[in-house]
Order: sequence, then structure tokens, then C-alpha cells
Amino acid sequence: MLSGTTMLMAQSADSTATAATATTAADAKTIMWMGAGYYVLLFLLLCVVIAIVGKILKVYDLTQQIQGKKELNWNNLMAIICLVFLLAGIYGAYWEFTVQGTQSLPEAASLHGVKIDEMFTVTTVITMIVFFITQILLFTFLFRYKHSSKRRAHYLPHNNTIEKVWTIIPAIVLTILVVFGFFTWQEITNTTEVKGDLNIEITGHQFAWELRYPGKDNKLGTINYQLVTGNNNLGIDYSDRNSFDDLRADTLVLPVNQSIRLNIRSQDVIHSCYMPHFRVQMNAVPGLPTFFKFTPTITTEDMRNRLNQPDFEYMLYCNKICGGAHYNMKKVIRVVSVLEYQQWIAQQKPYLTDALKKDLKLAGTTNQQKNTPQNRLALNN
Amino acid sequence: MSTLAVHDHGVVHHEEGHEHHHKDTFISKYIFSMDHKMIAKQFLITGITMAVIAMTLSILFRIQLAYPDKAFPLLGVLLGRFAPGGRLDPNFYLALVTIHGTIMVFFVLTAGLSGTFSNLLIPLQVGARDMASPFMNMLSYWFFFTACVIMLSSFFVQKGPASGGWTVYPPLSALPKAMNGSELGMTLWLISMICFVASSLMGGINYVSTVLNMRTKGMDLWKMPLTVWSFFLTATLGVLSFPVLVAGIVLLIFDRSMGTSFYLSDIVLAGKVMPFEGGSPILFEHLFWFLGHPEVYIVIMPAMGIASEVMSVNSRKPIFGYHAMVYSLIGITVLSFIVWGHHMFVTGMNPFLGGVFMITTLIIAVPSAVKTFNWLATLWRGNIRFHPAMLFAIGMVSFFISGGLTGIFLGNAALDITLHDTYFVVAHFHLVMGSAAIFGMLAGVYHWFPKMFGRMMDEKLGYLHFWITFTCAYLVFFPMHFMGLDGVPRRYYSMTDFPAFNRWLSVNKFITLAAITAALAQVAFLYNFIHSIFWGKKTVQNPWNANTLEWTAPIEHFHGNWYGEIPTVYRWPYDYSKPGAEEDFILQTTPYSETMSSNLPSDFEDNPIGLEEHTKWATAQKSNEEVK
Repeated sequence: MLSGTTMLMAQSADSTATAATATTAADAKTIMWMGAGYYVLLFLLLCVVIAIVGKILKVYDLTQQIQGKKELNWNNLMAIICLVFLLAGIYGAYWEFTVQGTQSLPEAASLHGVKIDEMFTVTTVITMIVFFITQILLFTFLFRYKHSSKRRAHYLPHNNTIEKVWTIIPAIVLTILVVFGFFTWQEITNTTEVKGDLNIEITGHQFAWELRYPGKDNKLGTINYQLVTGNNNLGIDYSDRNSFDDLRADTLVLPVNQSIRLNIRSQDVIHSCYMPHFRVQMNAVPGLPTFFKFTPTITTEDMRNRLNQPDFEYMLYCNKICGGAHYNMKKVIRVVSVLEYQQWIAQQKPYLTDALKKDLKLAGTTNQQKNTPQNRLALNN
Repeated sequence: MSTLAVHDHGVVHHEEGHEHHHKDTFISKYIFSMDHKMIAKQFLITGITMAVIAMTLSILFRIQLAYPDKAFPLLGVLLGRFAPGGRLDPNFYLALVTIHGTIMVFFVLTAGLSGTFSNLLIPLQVGARDMASPFMNMLSYWFFFTACVIMLSSFFVQKGPASGGWTVYPPLSALPKAMNGSELGMTLWLISMICFVASSLMGGINYVSTVLNMRTKGMDLWKMPLTVWSFFLTATLGVLSFPVLVAGIVLLIFDRSMGTSFYLSDIVLAGKVMPFEGGSPILFEHLFWFLGHPEVYIVIMPAMGIASEVMSVNSRKPIFGYHAMVYSLIGITVLSFIVWGHHMFVTGMNPFLGGVFMITTLIIAVPSAVKTFNWLATLWRGNIRFHPAMLFAIGMVSFFISGGLTGIFLGNAALDITLHDTYFVVAHFHLVMGSAAIFGMLAGVYHWFPKMFGRMMDEKLGYLHFWITFTCAYLVFFPMHFMGLDGVPRRYYSMTDFPAFNRWLSVNKFITLAAITAALAQVAFLYNFIHSIFWGKKTVQNPWNANTLEWTAPIEHFHGNWYGEIPTVYRWPYDYSKPGAEEDFILQTTPYSETMSSNLPSDFEDNPIGLEEHTKWATAQKSNEEVK
């Protein structure tokens, strides 16, 4: 490690740079090591202080012993700290709930999200009651029943009645939560396809999302990964008629109050399509197309007003580790009125570009506009 | 065979008047030792070393999260190409997260915890001279050591260690081109894990057979301490589930190196169509979590056993509901095999299956709740001594409650949709299996240190260590829940690309400072541990006035544990503060005939002759008193 440093320093000295820059590099090194050394010294100093305090306590104990007085009762001290910890802990938990609790996600912007939030509230209330009761009992018992040589512990190996009670009560509470949760889950993942769902496809690859909207036929064409080429980055199968009018988009624009079936695909590794504001998450698995059905209920504009944040955007994150740039794989979601959506979709370009037509040797390239969207896959490389 | 040999050895030892009749070389005593106590120490010291390494890794990535835009030239010097210009490389960040998780879960909390205490306590607490197979026990340690070395060696390969997360989901981990860490680093990870599983299996088979076959006279299953119960069930769990992980890993090796497609299908990597066809990445998730979920119970159950024992000894009270404690451990063991799907609610698995896994998951909360209430009842009206071991056991209970309750959120499939893979999950498992298990392990270290090294640890330093670590663990993990509720995903290298997450930057800084403080507090432990091994106060035979068998064994260590015959056991291990007894503890080796004044009718439930004697004695006492 040290030789590495000297080598680095030597390099900077050898380089054609002037003597002045060499000195600054050396200075920077010195400052760096001094900074590190400063913290190490500080820590050593702290250790010394602790050692001295320890010795003082020992001497104090010894003198008390010699004088025949009571030593410091560490056991009682620990009991008191337990109580202090309990009080500080309760205050800390309260502070967290009131300050950071308000920083959690805003109200659900989808139909099923409201149900999830209800479920969340019920679970939170129940668990927090248990949390506070058990933690308070734990630490007050510690304080109340601290050691005393004057008494003995109460010999109580078991009590079947109370054990039955605290087996059955959690069982009942959990049954309620399970039943409630099971039906909510069934409702959310209800797979029946209803006519009139807007089918949108999102495909994840390292490290971006691609969107595909159905054209006028409201049907997405089939996909075959083996057809992927530079110009056909999703591998859309144009032997399927439905493929011809499929549209490319940059932003996930959703019409409000419309049931959406988000078809989720992955091309390389597992990604996860996570839209926390809508309480939506589903993994994108290569070879296993998945989907999530939901209905957005609050437009972006509306949410901005409600939160009083003019720059608020709904976001879609990747939420399954997928490689080096996993932390930056995002997409903006915009929920708009039906009218705005129709205006927007009319402006989107089809996947079937001139270049692709040429590749596929299709006729009728004349109607296409000249400025075809650039190939996104190439951009991402 | 070997058992017999060891047994004879102990007896011969006694007859020859404590003379050494064969020489232990340095190698046979300290390196390739077959004595379970030495192997336990080897596991402990290796485990602690790995824990320190994994903790250091966590501090590195915490620094990145707290100061995403700042360069630390020192990091650049120390880590070289992994931190160009003093800022962590995003790929290396993921490697740190991955190796931190792997080391902590497998090397520290499985091998370090079970390996140490099962080895130390099973023979000593059931009354055996050594493990069923001392040789296999030795192999178990050396396979573990090899696994550690291979895992750490991956830091020295060019593209760095495995970095697909500790769950190594393919295709990310299967395609070397998908990320740096999926090249040689991933191969080393897989080899290391296979060595590790081999070690775990050899250990586990040994623990199970020792508990089943080598208990001393009188030690029936219902007289075993809860520690032994928990180690026994943990080992059973490991033996049944670890092989599945090997199966999963071997198929992954095939996919990586031999062009098979078990986990791969329909892949276009960087614009290139790959030839894989017909596999399913979800298959790996099933195989992984079939071990992965029991694994978290493999981690927490020994901690539960240790906490139960330590709390009972230091409350001077029998553990409340011993039978309920055992049955809930058994319940957890059985149920833990059928809940793995709750890690996969949003993978696209059939939603009905998700619903079923949700039901089994929430059922497992019942035995966990029973255990918690029983611990509280054990403290109630106790006579509590706050040794550091006791404090750590209490910390374990507190963490188990805090982290366990958030499991009710995550086990609920509907809520998991939003919470999956966010910081809420990170907070949950770091409290319930991370902090709780490590506190159980530390409780064990403080409690059985005298048994291991014949010396005492310093109590005051133990107090300092406990309070800083306990407070800081809460300060680190409690705020993370709220980040998760805001939908902050885990395993993000930096949050600065999302304006919405900017408000968590100050919280991230706070968490990092708390984590660094907690890490520094471990210096107090390490100093205390090492110093006490050599210069600690000499211990007495039974420093905590405990009942269990290990405290009847001599302080000095020799292969065979007891001089002469192994003591016979007459009673359960929790007769603390029994009314009528002279002292507030009665050793398991004390027969009922010596404790007439404290015997209760319930002591003779399965012993009609004893009950008759007891009634006779009781009536005699009564008539005596009347005469007086």
C-alpha cells in the first residue's frame, strides 16, 4: 500500500507537469494521510479516556471496599439505564413516526393501491400496539425485577392457561390479517382479461426500459427474441398483423381512470418494474412475460397540486439488482386526462421505421416521416 | 468407533492419575484438532474475523450512501481500481453489498454461530466425551476455513468479487458479460459456497447424531437445555435444506461453464441474441429460497436457544413454558420449509401460490409470538443479574420483537407489492435475523467465555460494548423502515439521480455515522476478547451458578471433558430459585433424594415410585411439624 503511494507520487513527479503541480499532488497526499491520522489519533485518545475512566472507577470501588462502604452497584445502574433506554426509545420512535413517517409515499394513485393502504394501516395499528406493549414490558420488567440479595425469584415453570391464551390470541389476530390480506391479494392479481383494457408493454434491458403502445387495433403484436436486430431492438414479429401499428414512446403516459394491463418483459437479466405511487411492482423475467393490471386514479397535474410540488413526477424504478447502472434505470410516468392521452398517442411514431422496412423488404415506405426516431438500443450501448 | 476410543481415553486418563500418556503436538492440538472444544474456538475466532471483515465492507458502502458526491482520496489509495479517484465504483459497490451479505449470513451467523456453540455445548451439555465423529468435525472446520479463504480471494481477481447480490439470481450471475462480478468472482463464490455447504453438512450430521445417540445416563430429550434443542433442530434444518442449495448452485455452474440452459431462456444481451432456450430463472429462485428461507431460521434458532438459556440463568428463574418453547422451535422448524415462496410474491409466480405462501408465512408468526411472550414471562418476578451476556440476550429479544413485527407486513403478499426489495426489507431482516442473531452470538460468547478459555471477560467493557452497539443498531435500522415506506429501493449505488430521494440524504448520513460508531464499539469487544484470553481473571468452576452439565466439567481442557465417569443427570436444567432449596440453583446432576425439601409432586410425573417416596416424605414432614 505504501509502495503504491510512493509510486503514485513518483509518477506525478516524473510526469511532464511542472514542479508546482507535483508539489500540490504531494501536498494532497500529505493532507489525506494527515486527515486519516487525525481521526485515528482522536479514536486512540477516546480509548485512553475510556481506560482512564475505567481505572478511576476501579480505584473508587477499591477505596469504598477498604473503607467498608458499599461499592458502586453496577447491576442497579444497568437497570436504570434500561429504563432510560425505554423512555428515550419511546420518544425516538414517536419522533420517527411523526417526522419521517410523514415522508413516506403520498396517497395511492391507483384503485387497488387504496386497498393496499387500508391493509397497511390496519397492520400498522395492530403491530404497533404489540410493539409498544412488549417493549415496555421487557424493559420495565428489567428495571422492576433487578437483582436483590434479599429476595428470590418466583419459581414459575409454566402456566398452561396463560400459554394457551397467548397462543390463541396471536393466532386469531393473524387469521384476521391473513384472510383480509388473502382476499386483497386475490383481488389485485385477478387475472381475467377484460375487454377494453389498455395493453402497454414495457421491456427492461441493461439499463433502460422500452415502451410499446398498441396502435389503432389496440393489440400488441407478438415478440420473438430471436428476431432482435439493430433496427428491431425488441424483436417484434412482423408476420403478425397486429405488429404493424405498434408505437414507440419515451414516457409512460397513462390515461386516468382507465384499466391498464402492463405487460412486462425482460431481454437480459431479471429487472423489476416498480411504480411505488401506484403500489405496483412486478419482476421482469427473461423468458417469462409477466403483467400487472391497475387503474391510475390521480393525474400528475392533480398530484402536483395535492402535494404542492410543481416538479413532481411519478417514477418507475428498476427494483431488482441488474448490474452496474441498476441505480439509474428509470422512466417517467405521466398520468393525463383521456383527451390529452389521445392527443399524445397520435404523435407517437411506430416501431416499423423506414430502415426496418428496408430490412424486412416491405413495400410502401413513402408514407413515413423522414425524421425517424433514433435507434434506442444503439444509444444505450 | 471413534466415539468409543475417546470414551476409553477419558477413563484411562483418570486411572493414570491425570498423567499425559500421549503427546499433543502443536499441530494436533491447535490446528488439526479433533477436540470439539478446540474446534469450537477455531470456528469462533474465524467467525469473528469474518464478521470484522464484513462489517468493514458495510462501512465502506455506507460511506458511499452518505456522501455520494464526495471523493475520499484515502479510499482511492486503499482500494485502487475499485475506487478510482477516491469514489467507489458502482460495480464494486454491488460487490461490497453482495460479499457483506454472503459473509454475514453464511460465514458469521451460520458457521460462526452454530459452528461455535453447537460444537462447544452439545457434547458438554448432553454429557458426551466428544462429537459422534471428531474427525468429520475437524473436516467440517477446515472446509469452512477453505470456503472463507476462497471467498476472500475473490477480492484479488481482476474484475472483483461476485456482485449480483447474496441471492445470486441468474441470469445476472449466469452471464459473465452481464456484469464484472459475474466473471471469475462469481466462479469463486460458487466454489466457496460448495465448500461451505460441505462443511455445514458434516457439522450438522455430527450435531444430530451426537444429540440423538450420545446423551449421558438420565439425559432424556425432555431434560436437554433449550440450547441443545435449538442446535439439534437447527442442524436438522440445515441437513435437509443445504443440499438443495448445492443442487441449485451446480446447475448454475453448468449454465455458466457448460452451455446448458437450466435457468436461461430468451436472452438478448447487449443486442446479441444468446443461444439459451427453455430454462427458467424462477427455478433458481425456488431452489435458492428452499434453502434461503430455512437459512434465516438456521441463523436465528441457535440465538433463541442461547438467549433462553442465558435469560433463565441470569433471571434466576426457570425458563417459562419449557415445553412450549420446544414445541414452538419444532413448529418453526417444520413450517420454515413451506414458506420460501414469500420471497417471490412479485416474481410472476402464480398468484394463488403466492396466497398459499402468505398463509403459511403468517402461521409461523404464532410460534414466534409464543417464544417472545415466554421470554417476557421468564423475566417477570425474576431476580435479574445484568451480566453482559444477559444484556445481549435481552437485546436479542428486543430486536426479535422489532424486526419480527415488520415481518407481518412483508409476509402479506398484498403489502409486499410495494415493500418488496425496498429499505423496509433491509430494516426488517437486519433487525430480526442480523442484529438479533449477532446479539445471541455475543450473549453466548460472554456467557461461555469462561468455559472456552478458563478466564473471565471484563464486565465493564462488556457494558460499554452492549449499550453502544444496541443503541446504534436501532439508530441504523429504525429509520430505514421509513425510507422503505417512501419506496426507496435497496442496492442503489446512489440516490442522487432521483430528486424525490434527496430528502433521505440527511437520514443516510445519520445512519452512516451511527454505523461507524457501532463499528468502533466493536473495538471494545475485540480488545476485551483478546485481552481476556491471555490475561483475564481466572474463572471458578461454575461462575454463573448455572445448572447445566457443562459447568460440572473441570475448568482445564482435555480431550474427554470429564475425569472418570460422565455425570448422570436426574432433573431438567431449569431448577432455579426452587422454593425450599438451599441455594437458588440445583445442578442437573443432583438427584431428587438430596433435595427432599424442594421437591414438588410435579417433579415425579413419570416416576410413580419417586412420587410415592415424595408423598411419604411430605406426610412425615407434616406429622413432624405437628409434633413440634
